Amino acid sequence: MLDSGFKILFQGQNFNRLLEGLWVTIRISLISVLLSMILGTLFGMFMTLPNRITRWISRFYLEFVRIMPQLVLLYILYFGVAHAMGWNIPAEFASILMLVIWGTAEMGDLVRNALISIPKHQYESAAALGMTKRDTYLHVILPQTFTRLLPPAMNLITRMIKTTSLIYLIGIVEVLKVGQQIIDANRMQYPNGSLWVYAAIFFLYFIICWPISLLSKYLEKRWK
Amino acid sequence: MKKKFHFKKVTALLLTAVATVGILAGCGSTTKKSSSSKAAYRTVDEIKKDGTLKVGVFSDKAPFGYVDDQGKYQGYDVYFAERIAKDLGVKIEYTAVDPASRVDYVATGKVDLMLANFTVTDERAEKVDFALPYMKVSLGVVSPSSAPIKSEADLKGKTLILAKGTTAETYFTKNDTGANLEKYDQYADAYNALLDGRGDAFSTDNTEVIAWANQNKGFTVGITSLGDVDTIAPAVAKGNKTLLDWINKEITSLADEQFFHADYDATLKDFYGADINPDDLVVEGGKVE
Repeated sequence: MLDSGFKILFQGQNFNRLLEGLWVTIRISLISVLLSMILGTLFGMFMTLPNRITRWISRFYLEFVRIMPQLVLLYILYFGVAHAMGWNIPAEFASILMLVIWGTAEMGDLVRNALISIPKHQYESAAALGMTKRDTYLHVILPQTFTRLLPPAMNLITRMIKTTSLIYLIGIVEVLKVGQQIIDANRMQYPNGSLWVYAAIFFLYFIICWPISLLSKYLEKRWK
Repeated sequence: MKKKFHFKKVTALLLTAVATVGILAGCGSTTKKSSSSKAAYRTVDEIKKDGTLKVGVFSDKAPFGYVDDQGKYQGYDVYFAERIAKDLGVKIEYTAVDPASRVDYVATGKVDLMLANFTVTDERAEKVDFALPYMKVSLGVVSPSSAPIKSEADLKGKTLILAKGTTAETYFTKNDTGANLEKYDQYADAYNALLDGRGDAFSTDNTEVIAWANQNKGFTVGITSLGDVDTIAPAVAKGNKTLLDWINKEITSLADEQFFHADYDATLKDFYGADINPDDLVVEGGKVE
């Protein structure tokens, strides 16, 4: 019985379809992760500004995104905006937007934590050496933040990749949806096909997330 | 002291958040009304001009809408969609939809036409326009043959599996049978729950459970017909009269060639087996006896 379920993975174009679905997952993750890292770094610096209003804005944004489940945010962007304002955002764009809004907030908080964890004397020493604020940030503070930021940022990246599994709910056929289609098309003949398909999907997610962990380990060693 | 100050801040923050959401929601409903004149749908002429008809179908609900191992959409609904596109002279762009968001896809104009085993209900008819029916169903309940559920009374104290956004969910939420309802987002997950024994029975459209029980040994459809006979029809955006009229005319004229019987033979027959009379399911020309 188990062998027959395994067969459906390679029937017809099924395996290629899974890989195509995986590519959709990777493409959306990659764009979202890149944008979130860049915007999140800027947002993190913005969060540390010694100004009540900017603090308020950033605090509000962060709490808002933290309270809102990602799925709700996705539905608001895709259906809610269309209902309310008549703007039809393409599904893939809505997904990226959801991931970037969430990723930027989370990344920003990580960057803020890393920035404030740098001891005060680092700033003071730089100032004593006559470095400008810009140089202090570029050559003293940021390089130190990067090493502290690396483990939590890598964690966030893998979380973002895994969160793409929500986007099939707005009609994007990514790896998980392809899997469900294969399971369904074969559910009569191979009721236990789901075991094999989900195992394959687990393996595919592992293939993308594992190198990120490896890279993280390598960089951590190198920078220390 | 410091703590108290922080608490105040948080309260203020929450109040602002609530207010903002309120304002957003308020804006939403007003703009919706004002923009309803500039509708979120495309007329037949606009679709023809564009050359592509956007159709919402299931991609994981065989035999109505599914994707075969070549990556092609297939099924009873898809067979009809292909015919519509052919007669309109346009190409088809499919969107793989999930049961719970079918109304939203149509209402927001993300698809022109919903052909996803869409049961006609009054609640849905307030938000979308249904064309003439092309199929009819009622609910069925499938359970293990070793512990069959034969009537609604049998459900008392049992766990009943349902898929979210389906007619079955509405029925069992309204009519309390004393069963614990366990709801899943996906049909695939719901069937897995039944197979794993996470529930005592699963209810959805009778067509669906009959077909499933037909192929899964050890399961029987103890209740074959429950609730009202519902019809399944294509849906278009509210007020999209040109497309609605076109679809209705199409369904009426297809009766001459008994199109939906041909559709049944091509897509459903193998699933239901010889025991089922196609006239129990198929509706020709939009006429339900």
